This record gives sequence, structure tokens and C-alpha cells, in this order.
Amino acid sequence: MSTVSTRPIAVAGVARAARVRRYGIWLAAAVVLLALPQLIRTGTAIAIMNQMGIAVVFALSFNMLLGQGGMLSFGHAVYFGLGGFIAAHVLNLAGRGTLWIPVPVLPLVGGLGGLAFAILFGSFSTRRAGTVFAMISLGVAELMAASSLIFDRFFGGEEGITTNRSKAPLLLGLEFTRDRQVYYLIAFWLFVSAIAMYAFSRTPVGRMANAVRDNPERAEFVGYSQNRVRFVSFCAAGFFAGIAGGLFAVNYEILTAENMGLNASGAVLLMTYIGGIGSFVGPVIGAVVFTFLQSMLSDYTGMWLLYLGILFLATVLFVPMGLAGVLMLHAPAWRARRIGRLVGPYLVTGALALVAAVGIIGILEMIHFVVAADTTRPTRRLFWVAVAPRTLTPWLGFAALVVAGALGARWAAPRAAAAFTEASRPAATS
Amino acid sequence: MFQLIFFSLLNGLVYGMLLFMLSSGLTLIFGMMGVLNFAHASFYMLGAYFAFTLGLHIGFWPALVIAPVLVGLLGALVERQGLRRVHGFGHIAELIFTFGVAILIEEVVQLVWGRPAKSYQVPVLLDFPLFRVMSSSFPAYKAFMLVVAVAIFAFIFVILTRTRAGLIIQASLTHPGMVAMLGHNVPRVFMVVFGIGSALAALAGVIAGPVLGTFPGMAQVLGSIVFVVVVIGGLGSLTGAFVASLLIGIVQTFAVAMDVSVGGALAAVGVHVNPGSALHDLWKVTIAQVAPILPYVLLVLMLIVRPTGLFGTRET
Repeated sequence: MSTVSTRPIAVAGVARAARVRRYGIWLAAAVVLLALPQLIRTGTAIAIMNQMGIAVVFALSFNMLLGQGGMLSFGHAVYFGLGGFIAAHVLNLAGRGTLWIPVPVLPLVGGLGGLAFAILFGSFSTRRAGTVFAMISLGVAELMAASSLIFDRFFGGEEGITTNRSKAPLLLGLEFTRDRQVYYLIAFWLFVSAIAMYAFSRTPVGRMANAVRDNPERAEFVGYSQNRVRFVSFCAAGFFAGIAGGLFAVNYEILTAENMGLNASGAVLLMTYIGGIGSFVGPVIGAVVFTFLQSMLSDYTGMWLLYLGILFLATVLFVPMGLAGVLMLHAPAWRARRIGRLVGPYLVTGALALVAAVGIIGILEMIHFVVAADTTRPTRRLFWVAVAPRTLTPWLGFAALVVAGALGARWAAPRAAAAFTEASRPAATS
Repeated sequence: MFQLIFFSLLNGLVYGMLLFMLSSGLTLIFGMMGVLNFAHASFYMLGAYFAFTLGLHIGFWPALVIAPVLVGLLGALVERQGLRRVHGFGHIAELIFTFGVAILIEEVVQLVWGRPAKSYQVPVLLDFPLFRVMSSSFPAYKAFMLVVAVAIFAFIFVILTRTRAGLIIQASLTHPGMVAMLGHNVPRVFMVVFGIGSALAALAGVIAGPVLGTFPGMAQVLGSIVFVVVVIGGLGSLTGAFVASLLIGIVQTFAVAMDVSVGGALAAVGVHVNPGSALHDLWKVTIAQVAPILPYVLLVLMLIVRPTGLFGTRET
């Protein structure tokens, strides 16, 4: 109390600075979203960015459950997929002139579809938290996966449901024939959804979701029903997952049962966790990194999921706060203006770890080549070098890289950690 | 009709006992550590693949013993090095960890053995029909599966109820703190149980591989069903796992054998559904098609109506 009354001006200044920072971040995000397709102009890049935008909305909605509500769902893609299927069917109806729904509002249709199913399934699954909730979500996911084989007309069987966004009625003359135009649609809905989800986390019910996650009993004593709080979070998450599904329908113009299957639900868990479930920005980072790695790696190797799985498991074991959490750890060093001292030790450790990683990847790729790939060619290009996996030399070489890199990283890591502790030390009190 | 019922019952029994071999380990691990092990079915898959590869070199019978032992050691390693590390972060983190392990094992299997299914064959010694009833025959291998499963059931039962080690395990299920006070190394008990559970899953894989197929998706196919069994039986209850395994096994085999649809039943009494109507898909669904859904409907219903499961004593 006394600090406030003696230094009101300073407090007001801090409050204004915080406001500027908060709105500034959103403004900067909007500028980046608008500028990206101007800076990176290739077709593949636009396609990847569209994919990223959809993944970001999906991952953010997933984190409303896992990070903010403490509910681990193995079936979140159900709402994504159902929202997408409904959007695709509505788009087909609009194309035939039965309904007047232009493309820009289609994600909202998907969102409402996701919401409807979230209300249906959430009404019983959110009665429990923890492991039982996870089990029910898995049961619902399996249920939908099996149902998709039965309801041919809605899910389109093996081929899925195809649609055509260019046949829908126009709104304000906006056309969506090219990927770039779709990009702006996705960017718009991404921006709006992100603001809405952030705002949700600041509302009383969003705050209560955190309370129910941390201690349901106390939340009940304060007078909130934990079931109701979980249910509201669940419905909101289903709604935004549906929006992501609607965007998917617009972007790819096809949906198959795979989009709502267990693997899709697993992928969103992976990307959210890798990014970090402890902060709002974590899923954004996770979705961008995951999508980038996925599209990059799948060009070079058939085992991209193995590498992402290793990354995921390493995150769970060693940095459960995720990438965003690691960045946050450096806030004290940043504030103390000592972040520069970390660059050297980090670069050394990172380079050595990279050497070990190259060795491991090389060995894995050679195993894959020997076991699975076509046996006509004797060599394979690995890291821009032709390698002959059926001879002993490359195995020894990559093994040497692993050993050298691992030993070096073990030597360097304590030094980097010491530098981190030193840099994070609070500034000396004067 | 008798033939159909007889063979469905027998096949259901075999399938159910197979499910029990998986669910017994899973439910024990859950009861002790509160961890629902997502990777349990992955150990089952590893068992089948290990046995396939070992079988090429040393034959089926040694592989039947060696593969489960190897997988059991691997399971103990996963518990010691991984699960114990994330234990401090809570059950959600453990669940996520085992989920990651399951993904990794599936990818490694694809890496080492490739994507196509392996032709893991029934051993020649058991490749003959055991008996015939009317026009159908019952393969000896399925009888062998049944014998192994029953032997495992008896083995677990005796160990848990008649030996000192079983006493300690049972006590650790409910009173880990007190067991530790009495001087037992509870984390090591956990590790051993996790290893044995994994080994049992692998044994199930070894004997099921030739019948249900040995392919990278085999863990996912059975994994979710085993979860259903464990939840319906009551998490942590061996009796429940046994009853639920047989229940699900028999229900599924019977449902698959029935080619009756609601629309067909309606047509039999003179009501015909318009093929153009939106619900037409629903009416033409046969019970055989619904079979894969049934366990999950049961699961969801059970969790709503009786979250403790059939024989469970506590909620999660």
C-alpha cells in the first residue's frame, strides 16, 4: 500500500507501459501477418503459412483445454474434423445456391458445428477431470473414427468430402481463387480467434478454469461448479477447433475421416506440448515449429514423425515447460541486459549438440535406407554427401560424430548453465 | 445356428483371454502407479516383432520365451529412466510421456522392420485343425493361445495371492507409504511390476502375431480396446479385467458374425425405408458394422453411469 501512495506517478507509468506493451504486441502481430506474404512470395511458402495459420488456431484451442483447464484430450481433432465436414457440406450447399453463405463466414459455420458437438460430448465428458476425462476423449475419438466408416453420406467414405470454394456466393466481391487470397482469410480468422481466446483466458470463467485445474476442491468452496467451468472451457475449445476445421475446409477443399482421427489429435498434442502449455504464446510457437519441421522434413525423409516424436519425448522429459517456457526463463537475463553474455556458451553447446544430432540422424537414415528403401541404388545423399550405407565407413563416421558431439556437449553444457545462472542473477541492489 | 454360436463362443474366448493378457498388466500398473500406460500395446507389438525376427534364426519356441524377457527389460528401462523422471509432474505428464513412447515405438518399428506387414507364421508343430464340428474346424494354434492365456492367468493369480512377493505387490497397490516404511523398496517394486506387465503384453504379442497380423498399426488396433477393457473392469482390479476381457471378446466376435441391420429388421415386418432419406445410412448399418463401435459405446456409458467400473473400488 505504502509504495503505491508514495510513488503514484511511477505506478501509472508502469501501467501505461504495460498497456502499450500489450496492445503493441497485437499490433505487431497484425503487421507481421499482413506483411508476410509480401516478404515471402513463393507458392510453397504461402501454402505452408496457410497450414501454419490453421495449426495455430487449432493448437491455441487445444491449449484452452490442456494448458488453461488441465484437461488432456486425445480427441480434440473430432471437433476440428466435424467443424470442417460441416463447413464443407455448407460450402457445397452454397455452391449449389441452396444457402447464401459466402466463403469468409464459412469458418464461423465450422466453429458453430464444432461448438454443437462440443456441447453434445462435453455434457458428459467434462463431469470428470484427469485420467477419466482423457479416457472419455479417447473413447469419443474412437467412436467417431468408427462412425466415419458407417455414415458414408456425411463423411464420404475413403475419398472424403470434396468441395469448391470458387462456386460460393461472393461477399463484397472477395474472391478466393488463389492461395494468397486464402492466406488473408486465414490470417484474419487467426487474428480474431487469437484475440478472442486471449480475452477468454482473462474473463472470470477463464480464470476459474485455471483455478479448477489447480485445485478443484477450493474452486468449489469459492462457489463455482467445477463441472460447469470445465464444460464452458470445453465448449469454447470445441468452437475454436471448429473454426480451424472450417479454415481447413476452405484451404484444402477436401476433408477425410483422417482429419478427425487419433493421429490428428496426437499431432495437436505434440505441437502444443513442444511449444509449451504454460503460456498463451506457447502453442503458437509449437504450431509454427511443428508445421515447419513437418513440411521440411517430409521432403527429405520418410521418418519425420520419428524425429518429431523424439523432440516431443525430449520436451516431456527435460523441458516440460516447452519452447515458450525456455524463452521465458531468459526474461531475467534480458531485463538485466546480460543476454549477450549467453550467446557464446550457447553457440558452443548448440554446435556440439548439433554434431551429435547429425550423427544420430545419419545412423537412423542409414538404418532406414538399408531396411526399407529401394535396394537398387548403393548410395544415398545425406547432408549433401553421397553415403554408401552398405559399407562400414559411414557407420563409423556417424558414430564418431555422435560420440564426439555428445562428449563435447557434456563438457560444454555445465558451462552454459553456469553462464545462464550468472546472467539471470538479479542486478545488485544499489 | 449351433455351429455359429459354438465357434463364436470359442473365438470370443480366445480373443478375450488375449485381451486379458494385455489388460492384466495394464491394470496392475495403473493400480500401483496411477499411470494409464499408453505404450502398453506398443510392448505387445514389440513382442510380436521380436518373436518374428528371433523366430527366423532360432525358431518359434525359444522366441516365445526370449522375446517377452527382452521386452520386459525394455519396459523396466522405460520406467526407470523415463516414467520415474516425469512422475513428479503429475498423472497428466505421465500420460503424455507414455503417449510419446507409444509414438516413438511405432516409428522405430517402421524404421527397423518397414511398413508392410510381416509374414509371421503359425509354427508348423501347431498348424493343424484340432477338431471339426460339422463343416468348420478349430485350429490347434487357437487352442494353444487359450492354454497359454489360462496358464498366465493361473500364474498371476498364484503369485499375487500365495507368495510373499505378491503380498508386497498387493500392499503397494493400496498402501505404498506403509510398505516403504516396512523397508521395501517401493520404486523398485513399481519397476519390476512395470517390467513384468510389459513382458506379459509382449507374450500376448508373440502368440497373437501370427493370428491377428504383425504390422506397425497392430498396437493402435488393440491398444484402445485394452483401455476399454481396463476401464469397464474397474481400474486396478484384476478380476474386473478378467471379466471385462471375456465380455468384450465375446460381444465383439458375436457382433461380427451377425449380418442383421435395423432396416433389414424393419423390412422383415413390412416397413420399408426410403433409400433417399438422410437417415438411410443409419438404417442399412448391420450389427457387424457396428461391432467396432460397441466397446467405445460401452466405455462411454460405463464412465457416465459407473466410473469405478464393474469391479473397481475407487474412482480415478
